[in-house]
Amino acid sequence: MNKERYNIRMAGIGGQGVVTASHILSNGMVIMGGESTLVPFFGSEKRLAPVESYVRIANGKIYEIGEIIYPNLIMIFHPQVITHGKSYTMPFYSGLKPSGVVLINSETPINLVADEERELMERNARVYYLPATQISREIADTDLATNMAMVGAVSAIMGIPDLPSLEQSVKERFLGKGFVVSGGTAALDNVIERKFAKKEQLLKKNMEVIVAAYNFAVEHGWAKVKDKVQA
Amino acid sequence: MSEGAGVEVKPSSAGAGVVKDSETSEATRQKVVTPEYMFFEAPRERAFITGSEAAKEAIRRANVDVAISYPITPQSETMQQVGALWAEGYVKEYYRGEEEIGVMSAIAGSSRAGARSLTATAGPGLMRGMEVVASWPGGRMPIVLLIMCRVINAPLSIQPDNAELAYLINTGNIVFHAENQQDFFDYTLKAFIISERPEVTLPVAVAVDGFFVTHARGYVMMPSKDIKLPPRDPYHEAVPVMDNENPPARLSRDAPIQKSNFISYHVHASWQQEVWAAVERSRKYIDMYMGGLVEIVNPDAETIVIASGSAVSQSREAVRQAEEDLGERIGLIKIRSLRPFPTKELRDACKNAKRIIVPEFNCVGWLYRDIAAALYGHSKAEIIPGPRVFGGISLPTEMILQYIFPDKKFVF
Repeated sequence: MNKERYNIRMAGIGGQGVVTASHILSNGMVIMGGESTLVPFFGSEKRLAPVESYVRIANGKIYEIGEIIYPNLIMIFHPQVITHGKSYTMPFYSGLKPSGVVLINSETPINLVADEERELMERNARVYYLPATQISREIADTDLATNMAMVGAVSAIMGIPDLPSLEQSVKERFLGKGFVVSGGTAALDNVIERKFAKKEQLLKKNMEVIVAAYNFAVEHGWAKVKDKVQA
Repeated sequence: MSEGAGVEVKPSSAGAGVVKDSETSEATRQKVVTPEYMFFEAPRERAFITGSEAAKEAIRRANVDVAISYPITPQSETMQQVGALWAEGYVKEYYRGEEEIGVMSAIAGSSRAGARSLTATAGPGLMRGMEVVASWPGGRMPIVLLIMCRVINAPLSIQPDNAELAYLINTGNIVFHAENQQDFFDYTLKAFIISERPEVTLPVAVAVDGFFVTHARGYVMMPSKDIKLPPRDPYHEAVPVMDNENPPARLSRDAPIQKSNFISYHVHASWQQEVWAAVERSRKYIDMYMGGLVEIVNPDAETIVIASGSAVSQSREAVRQAEEDLGERIGLIKIRSLRPFPTKELRDACKNAKRIIVPEFNCVGWLYRDIAAALYGHSKAEIIPGPRVFGGISLPTEMILQYIFPDKKFVF
């Protein structure tokens, strides 16, 4: 396997599953045989408060620790991160590496101010708008799988971790042991589990959302991978 | 060394009062092995655990008699888990002190009484306890002090920044700086044995940068929890245990300053010279048990990064990127032991260096100062102070690369 690695900064708002998404991506990379570390970052644990999470993904050894200051990939889970400044890192693209990717959950492009447009252009940034919440609603009939859509698109755009590893990771997240979740996250997990009645159904829907977003990224030419997949 | 699970060492009769647990409990079934077996021979298994858990697992195997501490972020998690070890019978006595001066004093008494003694603190807690911590070496007290570094200066923060070590390294305590979870496990176990060697008989601090290591998971290779180190043998140490008529107890009870200033000066000078000589004598055990005071990568490189603690991890990645992405071999020296300081090792390793870069997680640059002093007159290299980060943010590898390659652009 070629040496591949990238660093992600995820920004979203409390309750969207930003930290959960980082666990799923991170563990997916470990399942695929690589290494990954993650650092969640939040203030008071409540809905709608800013949340960030930093994930390192590599198919080789990872030495560094701590927050990621210069990410290759920035995931914006909610438009308000940009429009309302609900973020610990301003502007939302600060530190983005040249030719880095910004994946934004929004159905339509966000009106950025001229300076932001210019700085993104200077970095040769690839800015992608993914209707993650819309995909989640259409397929899973809930907003709560928005994070799954974001994760699915990343798998296509960056190539690692691959979909089978992500599927295993989602399984371990909702069925497995060993994940330490906060009180707030546990409550949300219960809401999701009640909503889907059965965990099997929950897993299936999550995977369908992941695959749909993956295919969305392929269709739009964002992806490292070329082929769409069947759910 | 016999075959199988290591040599049985006869437990000493000393130590704190033993809490008798059920005969069948796992703690009471732990088998005593030699330090050499524990450190080098016992089969190890890989675990993916936080630094706090790594410290807990080291303490489980360390045959600790007394653990006392006062909670402070990011140390609390570790000492809370030591409480669990006490409940399971792995640690004989455990309590929460009322604040750090009290804790550091109490653990001093425990050590002077002959018990294997452990405490832990972080940042402001270390600063508060420093009055007592600075007196431990003169008391010739084998103690292991775990330090989870945290911001000490204003504005208040709980994040990892290791400025506090600037104070600790000048007290006569032996000070190790762990890079990651594995180091935190290994150094903690080894610290007890080095601390209690007769020609050392000094406290050993094992510092680690908070959160980055304590609250993040990493891979740790650990021997079975069914084995433990031999107990402390306080009757084979530099000073008598539990004897108020001999130094150091006599010196604190009946201080020479009460007799004559001149007696006081002489006693102080000879006593502190002996403390620092004992710090130096720990070298042979650091070589023996920890693989030396330094680890050197690419020793022949012209540009060398010298670091300790988490800054080593960041430097490893910068060195990897320099080689794989930019085709440049950069040297890296990891300093495991801050006291004793690896003066000779650095002079040898930096003979041919042209540039030396010292990344640090604090604003004062205490490591830079020590390195510059050690190399003065022994190396023609330009010693560059930095990069440094303040307040506990991580040190991006890009900043280190920027210092290695000043003509390229890494930081945006």
